Parts: sequence; structure tokens; C-alpha cells
Amino acid sequence: MAPKTLFEKIWETHIVHEKRHEPSLLYIDLHLVHEVTSPQAFEGLRHSGRKVRAPHRTFATQDHNVPTTDRSKPITDPDSKLQVETLRRNCAEFNVKLYDLGSRDQGIIHVIGPQLGLTQPGMTIVCGDSHTATHGAFAALAFGIGTSEVEHVLATQCLWEERPQTFEIRIDGKLGAGISAKDLILGIIGRIKTDGATGHVIEYRGSAIEALSMEERMTVCNMSIEAGARAGMVAADKTTVDYLRGRRYVPTGKDFDQLAERWLQCRSDEGAKFDRSVVYDGPSFAPQVTWGTNPAMVTDVGGRVPNPAEIGDNQQRDTVERALAYMALRPGTKIEDIKIDRVFIGSCTNSRISDLKAAAEVVKGRHVAGTVHAMVVPGSQEVKLEAETLGLDKIFLEAGFEWRESGCSMCLAMNPDVLLPGERCASTSNRNFEGRQGKGGRTHLVSPAMAAAAAIAGHFVDVREFATR
Amino acid sequence: MQAFKNFTGTVAPLDRANVDTDQIIPKQFLKAVVRTGLGKGLFFDWRRNPDGSDNKDFVINKPRYQGASILVARTNFGCGSSREHAVWALEDHGFRAVIAPQFADIFHNNSLKNGFLPITLKPDEVEHIFRATGDYESYRLTIDLEEQTVSDDFGWTAHFEIEPFQKKCLLEGLDDIALTLAHDEKIVAYEKAHPLPHRFE
Ligand code: SF4
Repeated sequence: MAPKTLFEKIWETHIVHEKRHEPSLLYIDLHLVHEVTSPQAFEGLRHSGRKVRAPHRTFATQDHNVPTTDRSKPITDPDSKLQVETLRRNCAEFNVKLYDLGSRDQGIIHVIGPQLGLTQPGMTIVCGDSHTATHGAFAALAFGIGTSEVEHVLATQCLWEERPQTFEIRIDGKLGAGISAKDLILGIIGRIKTDGATGHVIEYRGSAIEALSMEERMTVCNMSIEAGARAGMVAADKTTVDYLRGRRYVPTGKDFDQLAERWLQCRSDEGAKFDRSVVYDGPSFAPQVTWGTNPAMVTDVGGRVPNPAEIGDNQQRDTVERALAYMALRPGTKIEDIKIDRVFIGSCTNSRISDLKAAAEVVKGRHVAGTVHAMVVPGSQEVKLEAETLGLDKIFLEAGFEWRESGCSMCLAMNPDVLLPGERCASTSNRNFEGRQGKGGRTHLVSPAMAAAAAIAGHFVDVREFATR
Repeated sequence: MQAFKNFTGTVAPLDRANVDTDQIIPKQFLKAVVRTGLGKGLFFDWRRNPDGSDNKDFVINKPRYQGASILVARTNFGCGSSREHAVWALEDHGFRAVIAPQFADIFHNNSLKNGFLPITLKPDEVEHIFRATGDYESYRLTIDLEEQTVSDDFGWTAHFEIEPFQKKCLLEGLDDIALTLAHDEKIVAYEKAHPLPHRFE
């Protein structure tokens, strides 16, 4: 038998129906739902008298729209409140499990799926959210869909999909000391650009990837969409199995051992062919800071903002000029000279316990610069409680950070956590689009440790030197 | 879904690459629980000045593009968030098709599910359209899905590709949930052969 890629193995075992020259009908193992992209889908079901076909494969939470302040108080924005309540009503009516606001299991959907053990190797996973790629860290085929497709999956537990191409991104060697998974993925996007993987499923491979923890792999897979990829994935190994052992939706004892055997098959065969491949050296990645208005507009912390005058291509020059105008940055400015007003540590990219630990390590015993307003928003209630058990909340509070309840928060600023026009933010989230964190707000994407160091210094600094200062 | 009918419409040129869905419809409009009325949020931050007044320089605010039903843009249109609100907003505003050299995958899918046509043309063909919108006051294109062509009033024509299956769905306005449920026996058989993961009950 010809060797197969991980993607091919999952794809082929999920085909319900196929016909030449037509998309394939794929079975979906796990459907994650949140309050923003689902109301119209449930409404569609109601309208056509349909039910949720597999409620036991469907799990929901409220994350995008929720306040991160005192949860005992009602939501003040009537539209947000309506969306949160609409999901509650829909889940009750259609018999879908909801990890409701106020419950111990609430959190960003891409944080709680893995945490509960819902996300498992070999699965097909969808959610009405482009960062569903996060779950690919578990050797699952996980991708974002629109609301019409959410309705389609609710009704049929299947999706029509055209077979994507495969793209191997191999990182050889080791990452340098102090280089995080966020630096790695920002560095990759900077090299292949925002449409570099359109139509492809990426498999991240190589020794630098194998050495990553599950939480780090999630950070990498999470941002696959920022390179245009349909999904990103990493092969299952001992790290995967160890992470899943003992989680709520994972079996125990002999059942677990059997399942773990199967999971370990979720990897590309020796000699499997990819449609495209690139190889980068682990040591070539430095801490990254974005300077523009898409995640590929990124450079090393030791670098400078580009100078449009040096760009030959007209269209590219216009794009850079526009971005610099929006970001209010002069051409050639040193990254370390850029002063910030706000720091946001959170989002499905970087709000897990290891992210908070990395940030806490940098801020411990120091204080946020007087001009900076900084906040930490744990990805889930579970992460928040764990951090509090470890005393991380105290470290952050003593350093002058705000310590919030879990949710998407200022990653997309649908709740009251918003940048004011002109404010400049070091953010551990995944998108620096114009207005993403608030109209007129300016976002620089960085790792948790880099965000923490910037909070203390008041401007960007190389955390590798800063930490030892 | 409504069937897609051939039509002729004015073209509005949005000369930007990587137009993301956060720009097409900003977050404050995602709080809706219905699909309708989102046109008011289309390109909201680009259409307004900081003081809230209309930005007269933004393309779709210009008098000459009022009533335009075709948008032309640069590469990687619709990247970023999966929000289908982007397509609903374009449609609600009166657009029925977008032309670009490349589309982001999720936006492309979402468009087709709504009978809204994303047309991929070669970069030089897109360039031709941009230039023509500058040269003529109300440059029009005719979109013929059956023939898979885009053509203007001066004899210029370009051909575009579309999956035969998707073309059929668009032309017939098929409800794809009903289409899928026609395969119900196969879905049931698949479910029998692949029981639930442990503990999902
Ligand atoms: S944290 Fe940000 S990117 Fe992640 S799901 Fe929430 S809004 Fe989307």
C-alpha cells in the first residue's frame, strides 16, 4: 500500500459518500458551537422543522461576547445578553450540552475542547470559527466553517468538502533558548505570507515540532488560518497521549490503552508525499513582533519597521504605506523603540496555563510601566483556577496587571474590553487587522513572555535579555 | 437558497489586497441573531470618518457607484474570520458577486452557500477591470454562470472556473441539507460502523 499522510488517513476514513468530480460528503465527529455564529443556524433548523442529528457530538459554550468582569452581575449590553441567552435557549431546545456562562467549564471554545478531552486524534472537528485549526495539534482534521455549514452539520452531522492539498512545513533542529511557539508560527507566517497556504492543510513536522508540548502545538496550529490554510495538524505521539490521559471525555484503564494504540497510528507514513513542502531551521527563529495590519507583517524584535521607499513593487509599497499610516509608525523605526499603551495576555492562541506561567515568570517581582494598562484573561475557568492555585494571579496583580474572568475578550473586542482609537497594544492574540481590538486601535502580536516584558518596560524589548536583567 | 440568475451590473473597484472579514463587517454587527439588515455594517470603519460622518472618498460611498452589484478587489479577498455575516452584509448592500484573483477558502464557501458568486479571474484580467472602472463612468459587466463568463459592453470577455457540482447547486438553488439527507442511508450506515467515541454519551 502506498504510504499516506496523516491528512489522507483521516480524510479517507470519514467519507460517507463520494463521486468523481464532486465534493465528498464527510462525517464530522465533533461539532463545537458558540453564541456568535450559531443563532441563525438554529433558527434555520427551527424554520425547516429539523432536529440536531447528533446532539451527543455537539458541545457549546459562550465565549466571544461575554464580560470578563464580575460574573455575578448581569450583562449590560442588551445585544450581547440576547446572544448569550439565545444560545442557552437553543441548547435547551435542541438538547445540546452547554458549558454555560458561570459554570466551571466555561471558556474559549478552543481552550475547553482539548481541556475536557473532547478533542482526540483521528477526529474530524468543526466549529463556526476560523481558529478551529487549534485542535489539529491533536492529529485531528479541524477546520472553521460558516453559519450555513453550522446548520448543515447540526442537521446532518456531515459536510460537503472539496479535498484540499497537503502542505508539509518541517522545522528541523531546535528552537533557540527563549523562543516560544508563538514566535515560531509568526515567523512561519512572515515567510509564507497570509495566503501562502490557501487551499491546503498544513502538517507541521520535524524535530522542533516534536519537541513542543501540546499547548505549544495548539498555539502553532491555531494560527494556520492566518497563512490561509484550511487546517493545520501535528502527528500524535507520546506527548499527545500523555496530555489526554485522565481527561473527562477520555476513557480509563484498558479502554484507554487500546484507544491510545489507535491514536498513535495518527501520523504520516514514512515516505508519504505532500503536494508542497518547505523546510526551515529551528535556530533561525527570533522573538517576533508584528508591525502592520496582517500577521505576515512581522519582524524580529531586533529589527526595524520597513521603509516603503525601498520596496520596488507598487502594490506592495502601497500596502505597506497604508499599514504604517494606520499603525502610526515612521518607516525604519526600531521595534524596540515602539512604546505601548496596553497589554493583552489572552485569546485561544495564548491563554493556557503554560502561557500564563511564561508571562508570570517575566513579571514576577517587577511592576508594569506607569503609562501601561495591562490585563490577563485566562482562556477558561479551569485555567483561571489552576493559575490561582499556583499563585499566578497574585504575581500579576502585584505587578499591576488586571486579572479577569475567561473569554475571548480583547482578542476581538465584542465585549467591553476594547482599545480606544489610537491606543497601541502588545497582544498575545492572533489578528492585528485594522480595528480588530477596537476602532482605530493598533495591535502588535507577540508571545506571552514578550507581552509581559513590554508591559514592564513600556516598549518592546527582547525578552531573552530582559529576563536575565 | 435562491437560484443564481445571470445579470448585468455596475462594478465598484476596491483596490486593496487581503481584505479581511473584520473589515467587511466589524465585530459590533456580529451581535445580530438574524441574517438580515447587515448592509448598514458593510465596510463600516472605512465608510465613516472618525467623527461618524460619511467618508466621501471611500469607493462604495461615491455617487458613481451607488447601485453597483459587482465588487472587484485584489488578492486574498475575505481572509480572516469565518463570519458568514461578511457575505450577508455584501448581499444586503446589493452586491451579487465579487471578482478577485484569489479568495480565502471559508469566505469562498460561505458565498456559494448564499447564492453569492465569488469569481476568480487571472491577475491581468482583474487589472483590466480595475482600469476600465477608471476609464468609464459606470462600467458594467455581465455575469453568465451557465457559460462561466464575465463580459463587458465593449466585447471584452473572461472565462472563470467553477466546480460543476457547485455550479449546479447555484443554478438550481438547491437546498444542500435536503441534498445531503438524500444520502441518509449512507450516513446511518457510517454511524453504525463508527460508533461514538467512548464517554460521549
Ligand atoms: S479568542 Fe479570538 S480568535 Fe480565539 S475564538 Fe475567541 S475571538 Fe476567535
